[in-house]
Amino acid sequence: MKFEREASALDRRSAVAALLDQRGDLLVVSGLGSPSYDVFAAGDHDGNFYLWGAMGGAAMMGLGLALAQPDRPVAVITGDGEQLMALGALATIGTTAAGNLSIIVLDNGEYGETGGQPSHTAHGVDLCAIARAAGFASSMSIADARDMPALGAAIRQASGGPRFVRLAIRPGSASKTLPPRDGVFLKTRFRASLELAVT
Amino acid sequence: MGESDLVRIGGTAAGEAAAPWAAIIHAALVAAGIRQAAYVPDAGLARLIEMLRHTADVKTVSLTTEEEGVALCAGAWLGGERAVLLMQSSGVGNCVNMFSLLGSCRFPFLAVVTMRGEWAEFNPWQIPMGRATPQAFEMMGIRTLRVDSLAELADTAAAAVSMAFDSDQQIAILLSQQLLGRKDWGAQ
Repeated sequence: MKFEREASALDRRSAVAALLDQRGDLLVVSGLGSPSYDVFAAGDHDGNFYLWGAMGGAAMMGLGLALAQPDRPVAVITGDGEQLMALGALATIGTTAAGNLSIIVLDNGEYGETGGQPSHTAHGVDLCAIARAAGFASSMSIADARDMPALGAAIRQASGGPRFVRLAIRPGSASKTLPPRDGVFLKTRFRASLELAVT
Repeated sequence: MGESDLVRIGGTAAGEAAAPWAAIIHAALVAAGIRQAAYVPDAGLARLIEMLRHTADVKTVSLTTEEEGVALCAGAWLGGERAVLLMQSSGVGNCVNMFSLLGSCRFPFLAVVTMRGEWAEFNPWQIPMGRATPQAFEMMGIRTLRVDSLAELADTAAAAVSMAFDSDQQIAILLSQQLLGRKDWGAQ
């Protein structure tokens, strides 16, 4: 099956920048590869945790964080390939009452880090429908930059989730804007920003 | 459902007698301030899962596959909560790449693993992953603490909790099949 992508698909960098503009107390986990670069390019922040590996783990890491910090909004920003590796995680999150969690998938229908091979979404696999069927409180696809401010406001709410958002982005990678790769540093910085003990 | 099934799933008072280890582990987890418990259901773990589901202050998360729980535990710690992953030995292999998250970031990690495939095993399909379980953990930098008898369980559980959350180590408690007892397959 060949899937027609939206003509108005978003630029990934400006979409993520718009999403994180005036982020308030939003906490962010980013999936490995371009989503981590996009989140870093939007402005480094102590409340960002950038994954560089553990493919398939971003959404569940977001769930653990969201359950631990129920009063803070938590956004996972990841790619279609990373989320496809963890479709079961969508089923798991759908069974929880994590109202403060948003899963945002930057969907360009390809594996950007590895040469642009088509992903399953390029063949029509519909992540929004999967999230809806898994029981997410809301599931939407956005392909118009004019919708970004409202989306940004929605994910800053610590209730009403779990939300699933697919951002239809144009294929192709942006420049590699690289966040720190030291996981211990990122973990400690993140916890210190929540005023948690550093062991 | 026959009486033997009730004993196996541990949903009754008979479950307490059938899984005395469950109460000991549960007490250690509560004393450690565990706030999240993730699991893939397992007959051997049924009593412990049930106890945790009814423990105030513990949020339980049922997983579709065990590696989800590795990421969940890391996220919980990022947000200031202690978590535990409960799984059968056959699930350990599912986690291997996700374990890299723990080593890369030195996340505290505590797993309680019910062993299969090592003692009085009826199902040959359980044997390969049961045999590989200690090595699968150790090759990814996770220390295993094996428990063969009830007498050593409380001490080992307390030591595991301390090493995980005081010293940022990655620890798996392996509950031997001998400790757990034979799975009841009914009349042959």
